[in-house]
Amino acid sequence: MAKHTLSVLVEDKPGVLARISALFSRRGFNIESLAVGPTEHSEISRMTIVVNVDSSPLEQVTKQLNKLVEVIKIVELDPTASVNRELVLVKVGATAENRGEVLDVVQLFKAKVIDVASDAITMQIVGNDGKIADFLRVLEPFGIRELVQSGMVAIGRGPRSISERSKPVAVPVPPAAHA
Amino acid sequence: MSEQQGSGANSQEHGITGAQSLVRSLEAAGVTDIFGIPGGAILPAYDPLMDSSIRHILVRHEQGAGHAAQGYAAASGRVGVCMATSGPGATNLVTPLADAHMDSLPMVAITGQVGASLIGTDAFQEADIRGITMPITKHSFLVTDPAEIPTKIAEAFHIASTGRPGPVLVDVTKSALQSTTSFAWPTELNLPGYRPVTRPHAKQIREAARLMLESRKPVLYVGGGTIRSGASKELLALAELTGIPVVTTLMARGAFPDSHPQHLGMPGMHGTVAAVAALQKSDLIISLGARFDDRVTGNLDSFAPNALVIHADIDPAEIGKNRFADVPIVGDVREVLVDLITTLRTEQEAGRTGDYEGWVAFCAGVKKKYPLGYDRPADGGLAPQYVLERLGAISGPDTIYTAGVGQHQMWAAHFVGYERPNTWINSGGLGTMGFSVPAAMGAKVAMPDQTVWSIDGDGCFQMTNQELATCAINNIPIKVAVINNESLGMVRQWQTLFYNSRYSNTDLHSKRIPDFVKLADAYGCVGLACESPDDVDATIRKAMEINDVPVVVDFRVHRDAMVWPMVAAGTSNDDIKYARDLAPQFDEDDL
Repeated sequence: MAKHTLSVLVEDKPGVLARISALFSRRGFNIESLAVGPTEHSEISRMTIVVNVDSSPLEQVTKQLNKLVEVIKIVELDPTASVNRELVLVKVGATAENRGEVLDVVQLFKAKVIDVASDAITMQIVGNDGKIADFLRVLEPFGIRELVQSGMVAIGRGPRSISERSKPVAVPVPPAAHA
Repeated sequence: MSEQQGSGANSQEHGITGAQSLVRSLEAAGVTDIFGIPGGAILPAYDPLMDSSIRHILVRHEQGAGHAAQGYAAASGRVGVCMATSGPGATNLVTPLADAHMDSLPMVAITGQVGASLIGTDAFQEADIRGITMPITKHSFLVTDPAEIPTKIAEAFHIASTGRPGPVLVDVTKSALQSTTSFAWPTELNLPGYRPVTRPHAKQIREAARLMLESRKPVLYVGGGTIRSGASKELLALAELTGIPVVTTLMARGAFPDSHPQHLGMPGMHGTVAAVAALQKSDLIISLGARFDDRVTGNLDSFAPNALVIHADIDPAEIGKNRFADVPIVGDVREVLVDLITTLRTEQEAGRTGDYEGWVAFCAGVKKKYPLGYDRPADGGLAPQYVLERLGAISGPDTIYTAGVGQHQMWAAHFVGYERPNTWINSGGLGTMGFSVPAAMGAKVAMPDQTVWSIDGDGCFQMTNQELATCAINNIPIKVAVINNESLGMVRQWQTLFYNSRYSNTDLHSKRIPDFVKLADAYGCVGLACESPDDVDATIRKAMEINDVPVVVDFRVHRDAMVWPMVAAGTSNDDIKYARDLAPQFDEDDL
């Protein structure tokens, strides 16, 4: 099994997230991470879905996803030709004595302090999963009190956009189905 | 599916209710018949329906409405429509929706929903029917804004009837039905994610033709998609052009004439020995709108081990799902066949034809050696297979036959004899007991000039026979042949074969309770009974003469009859049994 990153362009309509997550569960796939948000087109949302599957079941789930009426386009992002990022907010215990050490880690990883309390520091870090795993490993000894992580978002390198040719095109109303 | 119907479909109307807009939309979509039951949330829609040209048939159970819409669609190719209220009305449509989804039937279900402000409050008769039906519909809508009604109805009919057909649910809130709005039938649809491919790729067609010419043991594996795409004529042309043997799946019975010498019958768990053997021993399977269902393939790893596969289907997700496709072809089966015929004709004119002589002789030999057959009960009782054989012979190939699920369905698939598409309607994928009677009702409404026989088991019949009232009251004179073996026969057969004849909960006592003749009478139908082979013809003829009311015939058959041939579940098709403990012997030297 290998990790695959799918970028899925969908119509921004109610229920579309439920449809997609239900399809993964019905066909027996676990979603490792899912992030959804708006795109440069107001009527289109983009999901970044990370799944851990072999390539032949992945093809089947991609085909099933494509059958959903509200799914406009699916692109599997090649890890070597794309950039991916996750955001983590993490709170660790830090007293006056060891606060300096924590701040060193923050600097080392180009993370950012977003809140300080008398005995805790809350930080944010943006990066790919490798960098985030390293960061959390180094913070572990300080005692991670709370951690929240976004799904991964990813984008292809180079000048092209996957949504370029995905602007909605209207089709004429067909003749009456009964006639 | 010809030109736009309905006068003034594009005219605008202002100051009308959402309910009026819904009925105008259904008229604009060309709907002529709806099966349904009113209730609180859908009630506003029933008022304007009274003034509409649409015929609404009041059924006795929403499941009946759904299966009737399926039967209507299967018999005519038009979109079947059913209507129900929120909550239990809508949940009663779940089985027909799932059934239509599995068997790719074009269907639109309209359900009422509680008022928009009540959604999510667990209001009276509230159920999230769109959520419930998401995995069993092709698509579904929840409409809360009355201005959206015409567009959503237009989209629903477009999605249901194009590409791979399927059921679409439109859930409309009571508040939307009651609000004031305007009606305008849309001129275009905005469905950026919905673009079914119907034209096959020329390169794939050339590759398929090449494999067909090179192969020595090809089989045309014909599925239900051939019926849905209306490709029977083209299938016959391709089969006769090439001489390749044909098998038709349960969903495709009638796509190719049973009387045709190239036809080997139905493959699968209860397929003919010839059809099963042809697939197993083939070197090329040409799959046309079929989906390599487990009931056809048996154990997948040992299915047709030496065959290459050409897989043509309008749904790309079917291709390669169960069996690797050497030549995938995405497209409408009819268009695929037209292109294949053109390509192979050109090849033939250039003197290139396939050499299938030995193979055709082998298949014909197996067919001759292992024909469909059955034993007459020693006590002079009635063999169910005989009833169906006679029914097919007397009622003929223009009749529409529907079936439920179980032994009677398999016997009906084998022994009636089908010559034309859309004359065999059954629940294949979902296997829904109780499908037959309401489906026959829908088929008769769609095709009033054709005789419609509902073939049903005594178990199935007791699940949905309340629609006999609907048929009797609404002048829908279907005929029902109850194959009464007083048990859940297929389950009983498995108990006989795999559970040491321990008959746990399969005895229905239906020769005692209920009295089907009296039941028919109580429903305003004619009830007949038959328990001797000598009376079968006369009884069928009597039923054929009654065309003003529905007829129910209680065929009281021998209860130990079993469905043969059979491939036991999970085993290889190579282990097919022709009868109990009797495996066919193939003369491999003939190959």
